[in-house]
Amino acid sequence: MSTETTPDPKARPALVERLDSWLDARTGIDSILHESLDEPIHGGASWAYVFGSGLLFLFMSQVITGVFLAMYYVPSADHAHTVVSYMVKVVSAGSFIRSIHAYGSSGIIILLCLHVGQTVLYGSYKGRRELLWLSGCILMALMLGMAFTGYLLPWDEKAYFATAVGTNLIAEVPWLGPLLQKLVRGGGQMGTLTISRFFVLHVFVLPGMLIAFIAGHVFFFRKAGAAGPIKEDPIAPKLPSVPFYPRQVLMDAAFAAVLIGILAVIAKMVPMDLGPAANPADTHFLPRPEWYYRPAFQWLKYLSGHWSLVGGVVLPGILALIFAAAPFLDRKLERRPWKRPISVGAFFLFLLVYTGLGFASYHDDYSDPSVAAQMHKQDVDARAFMGSPFVPENTSGSLPTSLVSADPMMVKGHALFQSQSCNSCHGEGGVGTAAAKALIGVGATYSDAQLQALLQAPNDKMTAGGMQPVILKPEDLKALSIYLRQLQ
Amino acid sequence: MNAVSGNEESAKIDSQGGRRSFLTAMFAVAAAVVGGLLGIPLFRFATFPLRKAEAAGDWSDVGPVSDFSSLTVPVARTITLERRDAWQTTSSQTAVYVLPAKDGVLKILSPVCPHLGCSVQWQDAQNKFVCPCHSGSFGLDGERLGGPPPRSMDVLESKVENGNLKVRYQYFRQLVPTQEPMA
Repeated sequence: MSTETTPDPKARPALVERLDSWLDARTGIDSILHESLDEPIHGGASWAYVFGSGLLFLFMSQVITGVFLAMYYVPSADHAHTVVSYMVKVVSAGSFIRSIHAYGSSGIIILLCLHVGQTVLYGSYKGRRELLWLSGCILMALMLGMAFTGYLLPWDEKAYFATAVGTNLIAEVPWLGPLLQKLVRGGGQMGTLTISRFFVLHVFVLPGMLIAFIAGHVFFFRKAGAAGPIKEDPIAPKLPSVPFYPRQVLMDAAFAAVLIGILAVIAKMVPMDLGPAANPADTHFLPRPEWYYRPAFQWLKYLSGHWSLVGGVVLPGILALIFAAAPFLDRKLERRPWKRPISVGAFFLFLLVYTGLGFASYHDDYSDPSVAAQMHKQDVDARAFMGSPFVPENTSGSLPTSLVSADPMMVKGHALFQSQSCNSCHGEGGVGTAAAKALIGVGATYSDAQLQALLQAPNDKMTAGGMQPVILKPEDLKALSIYLRQLQ
Repeated sequence: MNAVSGNEESAKIDSQGGRRSFLTAMFAVAAAVVGGLLGIPLFRFATFPLRKAEAAGDWSDVGPVSDFSSLTVPVARTITLERRDAWQTTSSQTAVYVLPAKDGVLKILSPVCPHLGCSVQWQDAQNKFVCPCHSGSFGLDGERLGGPPPRSMDVLESKVENGNLKVRYQYFRQLVPTQEPMA
């Protein structure tokens, strides 16, 4: 490459220059950087374009904080709440990291609205950008799925009951509903399999799909080019261009810093709360979803009977289809919003109605005294739980629970195995140690009589290893033999 | 075409003197904000176990001191050990020997044989401790009498609190002549 033969006249430190040419010769990094940083932006950089990269930044922040949270998390109904409370109350910066992750999901929803709003207002989905738009629609659905699956994982009261309601909705789907619901929950009721399933979706499946669709989204974006301001032709741009780097990159970086700054301030001032552990028997708890699902929650309150199928499944389905089909339905290249009142009007009308439903939901809760009192009690309970010290989970003792219901001879044999100190060398449950071999499977090798004889008179190899003859009454010897022969 | 405009832009930046260093400073500020607000808490979160004080063997109850005031021979007592593992505790039971008081001080011995770890048993008839595995024997005070054990029986730290005898149960290394606690 040219960089190797003709030294750059610019006054860069010789070491940096040499490192760069070494790396470039092996990776082609210079042309990759050139390709990614010198993308032309027609009409110049703008603060209106920061939402997409802001979303990418928040997604990366979610991935990083999520990976760290997974260092302590256990996806199981009997541990999930304890480990989250351990993280929040004991581990350094645990409450902060969890808050950044939990509030980050709200941040992503807000940025999604801004990103989609800007795209609709600027008509940036026009001009051979159907795949770009569709991949964006899928990304939005995946993000909503992430918010839904992640909400359950702390397994506190609100997580449990909100998800119980959310998964009840699935049963509304015609024909397949009950089957789908059982599949999602891993059974008829919410339980430990529900956590496992939501965990796998939240941590493996959805993030994998998100990364794949983000790659596609960026690829389609680069192929079509930045759409530019509303007066720009979306297919054959005419305005003078500036490269992506440095102005737009700087705006994006500043926006990222502002985003994380806002998240950090909120996480520090109002840490995300963790309520008491889920108690399925609690009949008083009023489930409420996160704020961004509140409008949908309110909408369902207005529906009853067969209208719940129409309003809860059919109508949202049709709206989603129309939304996804926007670039196919609105095909003119006109981008000025005042010249396309239907598409812009419909979008903002939807946003208005959705926001209105959300406000109505909060208003309903506050204006009904008994609901308001219960909601207040739930808040107080959650705060009280947050304020109380961490209580570790008590695991059962070392005696295998299977022995409790076992044959009395076997229980006696187990007691002898311990009192005769067999376990000192052969290990608890005969698993073997450095000092002596495992006893697991002796039942397959020796008959009862052979084993008893061997215990009373160990062979040469056993004696050499330190085995002493076992001196016991005949019935005790039999019990020990029964215990040993069932070890597996 | 892109390449030309890109090069022109960077050439322009260079000619504008301090512009490049201003940009670098701006990127540094953005990187520092993100790195500081996210990086430091994440580092502290991940390295938490390094700073956590290890619970130094908690004290277990053995029983009221009055129970042991008139002992003439060692007695075995079962104690409950609470072991804390991050967010869970495991309670298990183990035995200790309480020796007859000497000058009003009670001594507690671990029943684990310092040879290979079998449970040593007090034999009333022989008036000594005998290990059932390899016949090591120890006197009334736990001192080594004979057999393969390399040292006397291990003494456990004990104290009296509100009339209750408490013990700090520990495991010690086997096959060495001195009593070394296992970490």
